[in-house]
Amino acid sequence: MKPSVLSVALAAIAMSCANSTASRAAWEPVRPVEFIVPAGTGGGADQMARTIQGIVTKHNLMKQPLVVINKAGGAGGEGFLDVKTSSGNPHKIIITLSNLFTTPLATGIPFNWKDLTPVAMLALDEFVLWVNAEKPYSSVKDYVDAAKKAPSGSFKMGGTGSKQEDQIITVGIEKAVDTKFTYIPYKGGGEVAVQLVGNHVDSTVNNPIEAVAQWRGGKLRPLCVFDAQPMAYDEPIAEGKAWKDIPTCKSQGLAMEYLMLRGIFMSPKATKDQVEYYVELFKKVRATPEWQDFMKSGAFNTTFMTGADYAKWVEAEEKRHEGLMKEAGFLASGN
Amino acid sequence: MEELANLFHGFAVALQPYNIMLMIIGITLGVIIGVLPGLGGANGVAILLPLTFSMPPTSAIIMLSCIYWGALFGGAITSILFNIPGEPWSVATTFDGYPMAQQGRPGEALTAAFTSSFVGALFAVIMITLVAPLVAGFALRFGPAEKFAVYFLAFCSFVGLSKEPPFKTIAAMMMGFALAAVGLDSITGQLRLTFGVTELLNGFDFLIAVIGLFGIGEILLTMEEGLAFRGGNATINLRVVLQTWRELPAYWMTSLRSCLIGCWMGVTPAGATPASFMSYGIAKRLARRGNNFGKGEIEGVIAPETAAHAAGTSALLPMLSLGVPGSPTAAVLLGGLLIWGLQPGPMLFVEQKEFVWGLIASMYLGNLAGLLVVLTCVPIFAAILRVPFGIIAPLILVLCAIGAYSVHNSTFDVMLMLVFGVLGYLLKKCNYPLAPLVLAIVLGDKAEEAFRQSLLGSQGSLGVFFSNGLVSTIMALGLVALFWSAIQEGYSRLRTSMA
Repeated sequence: MKPSVLSVALAAIAMSCANSTASRAAWEPVRPVEFIVPAGTGGGADQMARTIQGIVTKHNLMKQPLVVINKAGGAGGEGFLDVKTSSGNPHKIIITLSNLFTTPLATGIPFNWKDLTPVAMLALDEFVLWVNAEKPYSSVKDYVDAAKKAPSGSFKMGGTGSKQEDQIITVGIEKAVDTKFTYIPYKGGGEVAVQLVGNHVDSTVNNPIEAVAQWRGGKLRPLCVFDAQPMAYDEPIAEGKAWKDIPTCKSQGLAMEYLMLRGIFMSPKATKDQVEYYVELFKKVRATPEWQDFMKSGAFNTTFMTGADYAKWVEAEEKRHEGLMKEAGFLASGN
Repeated sequence: MEELANLFHGFAVALQPYNIMLMIIGITLGVIIGVLPGLGGANGVAILLPLTFSMPPTSAIIMLSCIYWGALFGGAITSILFNIPGEPWSVATTFDGYPMAQQGRPGEALTAAFTSSFVGALFAVIMITLVAPLVAGFALRFGPAEKFAVYFLAFCSFVGLSKEPPFKTIAAMMMGFALAAVGLDSITGQLRLTFGVTELLNGFDFLIAVIGLFGIGEILLTMEEGLAFRGGNATINLRVVLQTWRELPAYWMTSLRSCLIGCWMGVTPAGATPASFMSYGIAKRLARRGNNFGKGEIEGVIAPETAAHAAGTSALLPMLSLGVPGSPTAAVLLGGLLIWGLQPGPMLFVEQKEFVWGLIASMYLGNLAGLLVVLTCVPIFAAILRVPFGIIAPLILVLCAIGAYSVHNSTFDVMLMLVFGVLGYLLKKCNYPLAPLVLAIVLGDKAEEAFRQSLLGSQGSLGVFFSNGLVSTIMALGLVALFWSAIQEGYSRLRTSMA
């Protein structure tokens, strides 16, 4: 897959010619682009990456193929380090989830998001508090009361991964309502939802897309969403309720907000043209009906950001994660 | 009988010429993917997933699931011919399949493997057709404790299998556990035993270990033994298929048992790999010629292949009805469903009848097509053994290297594979059994995770493993399997003292 010396030289000559003669030609990939997913196959980030790959192929948005590659090792650390060490290679982009912050903080691997070049925020993933539909609590208040009444440590919260977003939210809830949960980490969000259906845990903070099927099947009940405002989708899902009808946790007396970044970064030292190319590409992806369907099916928050706004947002979010994880005692020693 | 009507409607969907064409393409691609070690069904399906976005969902899932069937079939080929498992679940097939090939019976072993795969799959599909809703609910009862019990049973039914001294077995198994512990500890989120080496973040991937231990190790051994493949004098014609078929019905008991183990492991969802190991272990214990296992016993091929295919097939059931993938490949298919706008879960069977039953019908047809494709190729596959070692060995090395590379797209893994190859050679020379090591690598971290999840939930009490009927039963079965030989001995002593 590596270009030969000759082709690089030719490309360089061509570039310099273009620079000197015409007004600068915009950059375009000259070989297949690797789309790294720092998570396993079948998870939320993987689904999004493969959807994008499908949209790009179907609508012919790129001249070169886009190849999705999973590098899930070390809670995604493998993927981030791979992109970090591909400095100056514009044919490598990565989709991120919150492990962009949490993995380096919790494991101490030598990586920081500033090592990469930010491209664009595609969407934010929501988190919803779920309980089994057989349980009597129908509101956050009932739930909190039940959790407080249970003997210490016997109330179980299931979540994806350890010291990652689900556990951070769990610690946030513990702080907000002053009680203690036992957090049980599982491998994937789908598994977590099913553990809740089987009553092996008492509640979860699954993303909408992970639990929607069980909600529609009448097995799970959403209590509140960890966002500043309710979700935007008003199409009824189950029992005549839509995503929009789920109240925010804050309005129910559970002061915790959390959204997960679904954004794109590329390898270090990317030029402005190269970043611009990918920004335009993702703008085109966002305009397709397939993308909008996907957003709807996962009840995503569709905020889109690029450039300085995006970098600023990520920076603030990093600070916040550092604070949250420090409070929770999740930082690796030496950090 | 509404199910039957739905099924026939499903057949009508699956039998459209377009879908049949996709089925055959899928099977062929799947066999190729299965033959290449490392490039497993999950990767294969993931790579081809985007191709299917422009197809109708039913056609897309038919093609992708056929790739999956093809990979299940194909995994057996390299296991039997070269002792290189193409897929994790075909490791157990090498134990007797490879000795059979060395004895000049590769055709027989391949036929047995393919036919058993088909039988296992058929059994699982029939189960899905008839009792889907019933069985689907069963998976919900599996929390961490129940899962650990299943892994425990898999270990126990395998311990003591080898004829090597028990301490060598334990040493090999412990080495496997130690290797499995490397990488991210999923319970605490901390890195373990990586010593700051970033390449080790991932831990030791089971596939790379297996390709090295078995594939490279075997080539090193063959080189030492004079650069010749034994088994080159195999009789090669299609008659061997019929001859083997005549033998197979005698082993109906093993098949049935393996089908049940496979379905159970697929639904729970523990997956095809533990199913194949467990089935092999139990068959060895219960078969009349159990002592011959490992020396080229046809039953030792039937048991793991039947179970693996039954598990692989039934793994799709929890995926469709609950949205929990029973195998990595099922996880990728699940992603596909979501992209096609289908929401797997309890409502899928109600709202997307055509899709579900089209898929189930394609399971019948796809497996039948797969069986025909691979059986007609048996002589060709077997003929590979006639190629001189000097030509085939470099090809195998290249194949292994590609396989190891494609697991994580990393050249470090290729080095690792070579190291494992030397390790495998040394272990074999010192008569350490490889099977317990492999079993520990593949199930070690899963078992550990389930164990610690259970203890988190029970706040440290071991009583959780005997807290309800289901988990107690599985644990008790495991203990019986563990002490089986002691129990047997005690029983026979009791009999002699009574007499």
